[in-house]
Amino acid sequence: MAISVNVNGKSVDVDVEPDTPLLWVLRDTIGLTGTKYGCGIAQCGACTVHVDGQPVKSCNTNLAAVVGKKVMTIEGLSADASNPVQKAWIQHTVPQCGYCQSGQILAAVALLRRVPNPSDREIDEAMAGNICRCGTYAQIKEAIQTAAKMGNV
Amino acid sequence: MTKMDISRRTFIRTTMAAGGGMVLGFHIPGIPAVEAAPILPELWKSTGEGTEINAWLSIDAKGIVTVRCPHTEMGQGGMTSVAQLVAEELDVPWENVRSYLADANRFVTRGQEYKDMSTGGSNLVRARHPHILQAGASARERLKEAAAKAWGVDRSKVVAKQGVLTSGDKRGTYGEFATAAAAITLAEEPKIKPFKDWWLAGKEVARMDVATKVDGSAVYPIDVRIPGMVYAAVKSSPVPGGKVKSFNADAIKGRPGIIGVVELKQTKDKLANADLRSAVAVVADSFYRAKTALDLLPIEWDFGPGADNSYDKMNALAKEALNKDAPHAEEVRGDPRPILAKGGKVVEGEYSRPYECHVPMGPPACVANVTADKVEIWSFTQNVAATLLLAADQSGRQPKDVFVYGTQQSGAFGLGNAIDLTRQAVEISKQVGKPVKLIWTREENILQARSRPPIWARFKAVLDDKGLPTAMLARAVGESEVPDYADRGIANMSYQIPNYRYERHVVPSNIPVGPNRAPGNNNNGFTIEQFADEMALAGGWDPLEWRLKMTEGLEPFQRVLKKLKEVSGFTTKLPKGRGMGIAVVESHGSVVAACATVEVSRRGALNIEKILIVSNTGYVLNPRAAREQVYGSTAWELSHALNGGLNLQNGRFQNTNFDTYKLLRMPDMPTVESVFAMSENNWWGGFGETAGPPTPPAVANAIFFATGKRVRATPFVKADLSWA
Repeated sequence: MAISVNVNGKSVDVDVEPDTPLLWVLRDTIGLTGTKYGCGIAQCGACTVHVDGQPVKSCNTNLAAVVGKKVMTIEGLSADASNPVQKAWIQHTVPQCGYCQSGQILAAVALLRRVPNPSDREIDEAMAGNICRCGTYAQIKEAIQTAAKMGNV
Repeated sequence: MTKMDISRRTFIRTTMAAGGGMVLGFHIPGIPAVEAAPILPELWKSTGEGTEINAWLSIDAKGIVTVRCPHTEMGQGGMTSVAQLVAEELDVPWENVRSYLADANRFVTRGQEYKDMSTGGSNLVRARHPHILQAGASARERLKEAAAKAWGVDRSKVVAKQGVLTSGDKRGTYGEFATAAAAITLAEEPKIKPFKDWWLAGKEVARMDVATKVDGSAVYPIDVRIPGMVYAAVKSSPVPGGKVKSFNADAIKGRPGIIGVVELKQTKDKLANADLRSAVAVVADSFYRAKTALDLLPIEWDFGPGADNSYDKMNALAKEALNKDAPHAEEVRGDPRPILAKGGKVVEGEYSRPYECHVPMGPPACVANVTADKVEIWSFTQNVAATLLLAADQSGRQPKDVFVYGTQQSGAFGLGNAIDLTRQAVEISKQVGKPVKLIWTREENILQARSRPPIWARFKAVLDDKGLPTAMLARAVGESEVPDYADRGIANMSYQIPNYRYERHVVPSNIPVGPNRAPGNNNNGFTIEQFADEMALAGGWDPLEWRLKMTEGLEPFQRVLKKLKEVSGFTTKLPKGRGMGIAVVESHGSVVAACATVEVSRRGALNIEKILIVSNTGYVLNPRAAREQVYGSTAWELSHALNGGLNLQNGRFQNTNFDTYKLLRMPDMPTVESVFAMSENNWWGGFGETAGPPTPPAVANAIFFATGKRVRATPFVKADLSWA
């Protein structure tokens, strides 16, 4: 039986088990591959999406848990990479391999929407759930500060 | 609210994105675009990229230059580096340059025009820059020759600059002469420019692929979707070296979406890199269904002789071996043994490091499509040409019928050359008769990677009346599979000790090992550079002055150490609880020093305040990209040194995922400062991994000054650093 979910402002019917992690529904069923699989146990943050504006790890969030809620993926953040966080990421050339960056960007957006001018410590705390194996942490931090200055995240 | 037709929309989006001609992301003024890899050869030819001047580049009528990068883009900025080198000699405005990943099938079938397509060893710029520059120079001279012929002048009278050809009052663009240039053969290839004439190389440019990596549009193998594709999850023996005894496919038969269970047969006993191992794969209509069913599939394993292996056992064997003479020495200068036997001021030190895994952020994944007339592959790899040959071998097809398409790589760090993933995917696709996407779970990644081997080292030196070493005996124990990793940094130890002998033992293990961002040097930076401090301090020397003295006459070292002295403020005289430590390591053709500043609380909490990295790679192509690699490789080694270490018991790693294999996170990341001290003396070193090796010993040396405690093994988290 199809289950209806709201992804990036659109209602989508998917026919999978309700306990399927949102990550795999997004990637394999809907085809939004910007959300990444990194660990499957909510440790790395590569799969971060927003559910009703809150950052969640989609690998341990079941499909059933987001019914009636609004899911936003990296593809839904802006139509043209115009979100200030995306602009700041480009300005600071943050990504190296880039694989973790969808999750990093969505974690940063959630932080800046909650705390428009975060301190270093607040950035550390908000971003501690997102691993970057290429070691781009310093550039991520600088880009978050730049995006905070731009405002309107 | 609109409804989407998922199946149709999805496949159109992904085949187009994967389809080569589409620009991924958007174009930012001033930042040249990187486009998706060519997926199908016919699309490759129809992307409107203009006239091919040589295998490396094409120019269209508007003067847009498309550079083909034969090397892997795995986050190191390879596509940007190749484009920058070509543009330097071609002399075109940087904003007119695009970069594509080159076609492996063309390389394999048309005479290997790129020399090679491998990527690793911090080699891209340092080893390949002459022939990449040459490709740009050759194209430029052919454009000049085409203009010279059209204008009836000698080529020497034509100037090529910023995409424009001029001679007297004649003027034309590269775009206008591209077709004519493509038909020209030069009697003699031009010489490449000397360093002093560079206008673009040596300057900071932003990496070209950033825009595709902020909106989710960059395509990695795990993202590729093709019509009719099914999904597979795989398990090899959790004890490496083991084999499948039996499994009960009936147990998962009724589960949703299951297409089949495939056994992968191991045909060789002694496995080289990428040889197919015994394994079981479940194929389903989604990866989650495949993985869930595989977890429920009862599999009986014959674990083989490795089942008794453990790190404790290897450690005991290694410590025993360190007490013994080795059958032969790997490096001998004079003979330290009689001098050491006489005694005197003797210094001894012993150090070890455990197994470490690469765990790139994207777990290895491969899409394989084995059909009647061709084989198509999108895979986790650092060498698409080698992957093509593997796929040809596994499928039993001719290389000309195999197409390996370049994609972005989600980090690789050495793992991309070393696993049987592509063979597995080809075999599964062949057996189920469908295109298949195979993904290794993170758990499978840790168990089946070719990890970094451990090291054990013991050094003994005797000092003269000036407090400097006159004789040193070095012994190390490596893993038997790649024993020479144990040698790197020890056999070629740079300090000028007149009597030096290095002996190596090996311990056997069932764990497959391979390169991992600075193989060998990542371990021996830690061993040698802590012993350097121990020798210096025993002889009454300042560690920095000792290193300057002990590398006298070695210009690359002197340059780096003098720069470090100038900018670091290194001192051994901080109040207790604070310390600075230094280290310098030659690896991958470069000499790189680190200076760490740490604070350790009385209870032993370590806070790394800053790491300064001074790099001498000879030259620097792109200071911005180089700095990013310095940050990255520093973080890489800090991650392992602080929290890493794989725990081997019962023949298998007990760490299963990021909950038990801890990686560096943002709050642990110190400030890293990157400084260059380039020799600019006709040699090039690598940048991709060379800041890593000096980092852990610099921190360990700093911890010693802060606490009086010598940390002889990683991870530091296991050491008691408390002080009173």
